[in-house]
Amino acid sequence: MSSSLPITVTVNGRERRLDVAPNETLLAVLRERLSLTGTKKSCGEGECGACTVLVDGRAVNSCLMLAVEADGRDVLTIEGLASGDELHPLQEAFLEAGAVQCGFCTPGMIMSAVALLATNPDPTPAEAKEALCGSLCRCTGYVRIIRAVLDAAPRMRPVGNGTHN
Amino acid sequence: MQSFDYARPSSLADASELLVRRGDDAAALAGGTDLIVQMEKGARAPALVVDLKRVADLGDGIERRDGALRIGALACLEDVARDARVREGFPALAEAAGVIGSVQIRNRATLAGNICNASPAADTAPPLLVYGAQVNLFGPRGRRSVPIEEFFLGPGRTALEAGELTESVDLPLPNGPTGSAFCRLARRRGMDLASVNVACRLSAAGELRLAFGAAGPTPILVQDEGEVFLKDEATDALGARLEQMAEATRPISDVRAGEDYRRAMLRVLSRRALNTARRRLPESE
Repeated sequence: MSSSLPITVTVNGRERRLDVAPNETLLAVLRERLSLTGTKKSCGEGECGACTVLVDGRAVNSCLMLAVEADGRDVLTIEGLASGDELHPLQEAFLEAGAVQCGFCTPGMIMSAVALLATNPDPTPAEAKEALCGSLCRCTGYVRIIRAVLDAAPRMRPVGNGTHN
Repeated sequence: MQSFDYARPSSLADASELLVRRGDDAAALAGGTDLIVQMEKGARAPALVVDLKRVADLGDGIERRDGALRIGALACLEDVARDARVREGFPALAEAAGVIGSVQIRNRATLAGNICNASPAADTAPPLLVYGAQVNLFGPRGRRSVPIEEFFLGPGRTALEAGELTESVDLPLPNGPTGSAFCRLARRRGMDLASVNVACRLSAAGELRLAFGAAGPTPILVQDEGEVFLKDEATDALGARLEQMAEATRPISDVRAGEDYRRAMLRVLSRRALNTARRRLPESE
């Protein structure tokens, strides 16, 4: 027990050593310490999904996780998806489908979709909606968001001449 | 969030000892989807948070053990909802676990946490009641096992004594063929608390167990037995029997639903759950 706790966490493939306060959330550490502001803070209570990141490959609300709980874990944020100038297939699909309006919910939506497609490479529309139901879009652009996820799915499957993983 | 001390014990004994020593100053943390929200809102302000996720004896697994399916205290709701043995043998629990919150919530929230939080509307409580679950506890005086129907004492209150922790939940494998189902009414399909929820288990001999959530200060289990439950007919006799079973409920009016509406919907959900449970009874003869 102390007021400052050392943690080691892998963020977007890079190991980070940090001293965190017990009451710092993972969200706060990502945004304010690591300047990874793609992950958004909104409701702060797990209702809106804007803060969604992957921890050990699973979508979680980073506002409901203490930073110290991420000790030893692998965290992936929206910043970790593109490689250089090459966007992730989901990012491309969101742009193409016009699934980005104000953009605030987009990182959370995309991270939820990344987790979905990693375990279910060929989701039905209903499965895509269920996977994204923890993310709110107040521009109400859901139709195009779901279309983007379904468009991205075949591009991410390791078949045919796909160039992505 | 206010400041607090953080402890990450590695054994059940250490975790329990900390909780005893710090009493009401301490809060146990598993998934955190209730506790961290409460702390963010200032509804709870523990001086010490005891993180249970690195306690070696607390598992996140689901395994067959002594005639039961044992769900470890750290098993998250998404894993419970997706587990093939839960879906096959205890579908009402899989259905309930799968409608709580969102994927993000279910990836963190635990089954044990859902019952320890003891919300009258907890979706996993009615299924655990109809399945006759046993809650395995570890505490300063050792281990004990509490039937789920004795676990809930009131809103936010459980049979857990000072320093006691839930170690696992056992779902006894049924002796004969049964069918079961979970039904829930909420204001919208995703991300909402239940206005009312009902779980049902029907045996091939006509033994019916119904459990109601958000219908009183604790989830309520009622039982009856009769040929009438096995027949796929909406007779007055069946209606009267179900009505009688629902008399144990004491719903209130709140932001999610009025008392009368809850009573009416409990009747509807009971019938739906029974019909689904009956359809799921394995074909006999």
